[in-house]
Amino acid sequence: MEIQTDGAVSITPIPSPKNGDEKRRFDKWWLLLLFVVFLIAYLSITKSDPYWRIILFVRDGIWVSLSTTVISFLLVLVVGLLVGLGRLSKSKVINGISTVYVEVIRGIPLLVQLLFWYFAFPSVVQAIGNSLNIEALKNYLANPVGMAILGLTFCYAAYMAEIYRAGIQSIPKGQMEAARSLGMSHFESMRYVILPQAVRIILPPVGNEFISLLKDSSLVSVVAVADITRRGREFMAANFIPLETWTMVALLYLTMTLFSARIVTFIEHKTRLER
Amino acid sequence: MEPIIHIENISKKFGALEALHNVSLDVQKGEVVMIIGPSGSGKSTLLRCINRLEKYDEGLIIVDGIPLNTAENINAVRTEVGMVFQQFNLFPHLSVIDNIVLAQRVVRKRNRAEAEKVAIDLLEKVGIPDKAHARPGQLSGGQQQRVAIARALAMNPKIMLFDEPTSALDPEMIQEVLDVMLNLAKEGMTMVVVSHEMGFARAAAHRAILMDGGQIIEEAPPEILFTNPKEERTRLFLSKVL
Ligand SMILES: Nc1ncnc2c1ncn2[C@@H]1O[C@H](COP(=O)(O)OP(=O)(O)O)[C@@H](O)[C@H]1O
Ligand SMILES: [Mg+2]
Repeated sequence: MEIQTDGAVSITPIPSPKNGDEKRRFDKWWLLLLFVVFLIAYLSITKSDPYWRIILFVRDGIWVSLSTTVISFLLVLVVGLLVGLGRLSKSKVINGISTVYVEVIRGIPLLVQLLFWYFAFPSVVQAIGNSLNIEALKNYLANPVGMAILGLTFCYAAYMAEIYRAGIQSIPKGQMEAARSLGMSHFESMRYVILPQAVRIILPPVGNEFISLLKDSSLVSVVAVADITRRGREFMAANFIPLETWTMVALLYLTMTLFSARIVTFIEHKTRLER
Repeated sequence: MEPIIHIENISKKFGALEALHNVSLDVQKGEVVMIIGPSGSGKSTLLRCINRLEKYDEGLIIVDGIPLNTAENINAVRTEVGMVFQQFNLFPHLSVIDNIVLAQRVVRKRNRAEAEKVAIDLLEKVGIPDKAHARPGQLSGGQQQRVAIARALAMNPKIMLFDEPTSALDPEMIQEVLDVMLNLAKEGMTMVVVSHEMGFARAAAHRAILMDGGQIIEEAPPEILFTNPKEERTRLFLSKVL
């Protein structure tokens, strides 16, 4: 008999049945992505002025947008899980704090939150520094990228918490009971039984959150982060060709979001669970 | 002799509904106790109180000398008490063998080779060694329930609780699960079984208990309880299920 050598708790992906329908849809969306990439290449080659110039100009912004999004998203995954578990906690205090956090954050527009972190939060820190006479805090200045990541994380974690919560709640109660009846603690049962199943269920909405975050990251352009959008505005100010600039910026975002959506679908298929 | 399960006057309410009312029961080591009774009579609740999946409001339960009151005691008791559910509750994201290996590693701290050896031996014992690497979803109901029994046995429990283990099964699969349970009983496992399988009761049970309205109405050896019950409520219930 074959003995598995991987860890007891590793998740082995299940090959999903490839029916024709799914395969065709898969291909179609890849084609759309290819078309957009092709369009960008075509414009850059046939009309390299201004299109290729725009790309060269916003190039470092692409990196800023992507890294801000990815770093924020990784933090969102962690903070969202903690808050989501808090929302499910039996402790009134933990439950109360996480519920208030989620409700408050979801009631304030992201743009306003970003403006708060960048423009208002530093003055709070400075005020604290002044009253406690701490030199380092008195002269505190906001780091644009840092504050942008903080703002995006704080906001998206609230939404992510609700996704985690719904995912965990969708796992039948019998799973937790079976795990507990085997002597596993609540934490161990979550870690090895509930979360691995919940993660598969929440993968589509989590993927959507990543794509939303990628798009919403364009808001950080108003708080001094030189992302794609901000670089596009700068290019516009210098050259004043709005149609070409914003078309290219839109195509760049579209490439990134379509590609992300393909990756999410791919992972989804890889980890599909038969019940 | 000291009973391995001692239940003393426990009561349990769900809101206004009294699911258990002053229930007392002693189970000796090696004894097989059957619990029967109408739906909603508190059978599952009683079983679930024994490993504290359900908290009781009043009374006392002592399992293998350990009173069920503090958190450490509860985890200690849970590792001694195996439970088999009506809906199997296998972990669908793990292969059959990993279902059996998981808690051995996490709770019993066995290494993988050791845990797998136990799992494979148990799968042989329940008659499905060839399904070790299948997914639970690929097994029939009867096979899933046998894996669930193996999973519980892997923890080397002193007591096994069965909550309607064959109720969710197609009729042709009931016997394969009962056979596994019969073997366990023969080996001297202490078992508390909620089930209406009279054949199993006659073959294996030392005692049968009728519950109704959250109370124990009558208890007797199965052949007596089934054929010549004292209580009217027992007679009424039996006339419906037999
Ligand atoms: N978690 C629960 N919340 C509320 N009521 C419950 C719960 N579990 C059981 N009950 C109620 O308690 C009574 C006994 O239930 P149960 O022990 O499951 O009965 P049985 O297993 O004999 O069918 C029933 O009336 C049931 O509706
Ligand atoms: Mg029941």
